[in-house]
Amino acid sequence: MATRKSTTKPNVSAEELLGFYRDMLLIRRFEEKAGQLYGMGLIGGFCHLYIGQEAVVVGLEAAAKEGDKRVTSYRDHGHMLACGMDPKGVMAELTGREGGYSKGKGGSMHMFSKEKHFYGGHGIVGAQVPLGAGLAFSDKYKGNDNVTFTYFGDGAANQGQVYETYNMAMLWDLPVVFVIENNKYAMGTSVQRATKSPSLWERGAAYGITGEEVDGMDVLAVKAAGEKAVAHCRAGKGPYILEVMTYRYRGHSMSDPAKYRTRDEVQKMRTERDAIEHVRDLLLTGKHASEDDLKNIDKEIKAIVNDAAEFSKDSPEPALAELWTDIYA
Amino acid sequence: MATEILMPALSPTMEEGTLAKWLVKEGDTVASGDIIAEIETDKATMEFEAVDDGVIGKLLIAAGTEGVKVNTPIAVLVAEGESADAAAPAPAAAAAPAAASVAAAPATPAPAAPKVDSAPDWPAGTALKTQTVREALRDAMAEEMRASDEVFVMGEEVAEYQGAYKITQGLLDEFGARSVIDTPITEHGFAGIGVGAAFGGLRPIVEFMTFNFAMQAIAHIINSAAKTLYMSGGQMGCPIVFRGPNGAAARVGAQHSQCYAAWYSHIPGLKVVMPYSAADAKGLLKQAIRDPNPVIFLENEILYGRSFDVPVLDDFTIPFGKAKIWREGTDVTIVSFGIGMTYALEAAERLAKDGISAEVIDLRTIRPMDTDAILASVMKTNRLVTVEEGFPQSSVGNYITSVVMERAFDYLDAPVINLTGKDVPMPYAANLEKLALVTTDDVVEAVRKVTYR
Repeated sequence: MATRKSTTKPNVSAEELLGFYRDMLLIRRFEEKAGQLYGMGLIGGFCHLYIGQEAVVVGLEAAAKEGDKRVTSYRDHGHMLACGMDPKGVMAELTGREGGYSKGKGGSMHMFSKEKHFYGGHGIVGAQVPLGAGLAFSDKYKGNDNVTFTYFGDGAANQGQVYETYNMAMLWDLPVVFVIENNKYAMGTSVQRATKSPSLWERGAAYGITGEEVDGMDVLAVKAAGEKAVAHCRAGKGPYILEVMTYRYRGHSMSDPAKYRTRDEVQKMRTERDAIEHVRDLLLTGKHASEDDLKNIDKEIKAIVNDAAEFSKDSPEPALAELWTDIYA
Repeated sequence: MATEILMPALSPTMEEGTLAKWLVKEGDTVASGDIIAEIETDKATMEFEAVDDGVIGKLLIAAGTEGVKVNTPIAVLVAEGESADAAAPAPAAAAAPAAASVAAAPATPAPAAPKVDSAPDWPAGTALKTQTVREALRDAMAEEMRASDEVFVMGEEVAEYQGAYKITQGLLDEFGARSVIDTPITEHGFAGIGVGAAFGGLRPIVEFMTFNFAMQAIAHIINSAAKTLYMSGGQMGCPIVFRGPNGAAARVGAQHSQCYAAWYSHIPGLKVVMPYSAADAKGLLKQAIRDPNPVIFLENEILYGRSFDVPVLDDFTIPFGKAKIWREGTDVTIVSFGIGMTYALEAAERLAKDGISAEVIDLRTIRPMDTDAILASVMKTNRLVTVEEGFPQSSVGNYITSVVMERAFDYLDAPVINLTGKDVPMPYAANLEKLALVTTDDVVEAVRKVTYR
């Protein structure tokens, strides 16, 4: 993993740091609550938690402007919260209720918000990559300067369609930032057991695409890399690849006992590299916030998440007639 | 305040499990994320983490207990300094709602009398011109591209080469490289990019050099294009046309000779069109480009060069779900679509000479399907033969037969015959290829069988 570069001299305002802290904490608490509701049987099927990876989306959202689009895989709750979607609507979709973003018909892996330019939530590994390039194609066609953030994991990075997409994205100079969230494990298969490529972002070079590796446990490093990538795209230079080195603390999905790695490995990441603790340290050592200030934020976040959970339990299941709607426009 | 820690569900199917081991004891302080127990499910041993900060007030279920039902309280978590006994546990959280009773299928209606829309495709007296299917398809795209900047066409060899089958001839000259886009040979990739562009507000026409190659892209056609409107609760649709030649051409062998009508017609969220005539090719393609849903538009290489009358109208479309009765008759109904219509019409002509009057229906769209037109005809003729090029098992004809069985069983005077291609990969040898395909002779023979003549 890359070393943390920004810790010593963060070039960031107190306000922005507090925002990062709040946004990352919201994702973590939301996901913990989702795990709890899953345990209670209120959330069914597959549920892939984002705990540990919070700095990736929060850092990249800080580099986005209104109009930019985002699309991701099934590990999507964090992306939705980070782009401003309502935690209530997201949680109610997880519980399969009428108040969910897809009226309960999509579930954890399939959620969308046209208003927030969030284009899913896709359950087929790698499918979001050409979709993201297509969204970028639509912006280039219309002649605006929007950029599409296309997130995928180290597992999806071995899908053929990713490279078909790289080829066309570069051929047509599409304004797309490919974000490889490398959390080291594709379900139970470590990156080293899936490829001999020393790095995933460097594969872009075969298509002429520039990129870099980023420390994904450092939200400031992610933001800085995101700004560079976005500037590249907006300048009409085509796509950019960010391989963001991150780590998921939980299993692949709720039913994954995670026997493919040691408890010590997870614990080490949690204690030494946690992205939220990092920002907390910056806030406290920089005297941008007091322990009490942070406690108050924790409380606020807890209240938001509890409200979302309550809403997701209270919202009724979709009407039976919904079975037959939204099949055709 | 004390809260109960409940036995968690740790897989999509878990109903109970074994509390294998406690990793905490009463009085221990725990933080959210700490592992407090190991729980065995039917599949694996899982670590169970605390979701709140607090002190373990009481362990309610002993380690080693088997068959602990999901949502049973297993421990009590209290605040620092609080006693587990004094604090009344918070009421157990609401359990998951009981699975809703099987969604009520729409009440089976009494078979309604079929309603047939017999309005002509164009007003009487409209001037006609002779055009090939190829020209009609090109004109349809050109007209829609003139009408809306959001419409563009992409695919292999569609621009500079003018189309592998010359369907996009002249489009690059008129609309330029921004809207007529040559892709590399990369079906999965460009189908996905097309779908993404449709999500982004454009109206792509994605040409597959043949639908055989679209199998490399079928994940995007079905999982990304057809299902998104539903999965998004109606927020986001996918207005896209996937088009290209489908079915057998001539002597191109198994991998280049397959009909996909039945495949795509299986999928809710897709519309499936398969024109026979040039007028239908034009009117249906224009309709497809305007449709807000993903449309599979199945053409046929052999039909590209055939000429038909096409109405001279500024704006000519044909609605989906409206079959066309090419020939009225009283003794038997022949239902087909696409190139199958060639055999159906030839057979009807021959049968007429023998005094058998066949009604010939062209479905034009497989999904939505104009089942009312079929039913009304079968109620009149009492006999049905379906004709298609695809494989026999799970064919379009099989579906039509089931509809007729359910809604017009009493009207049938003979078992329905589904004519299809043979149940073999397409052979290359000329004689075998001929044997594998459905022919006019087959249709004549089937009609004789159902009419007992």
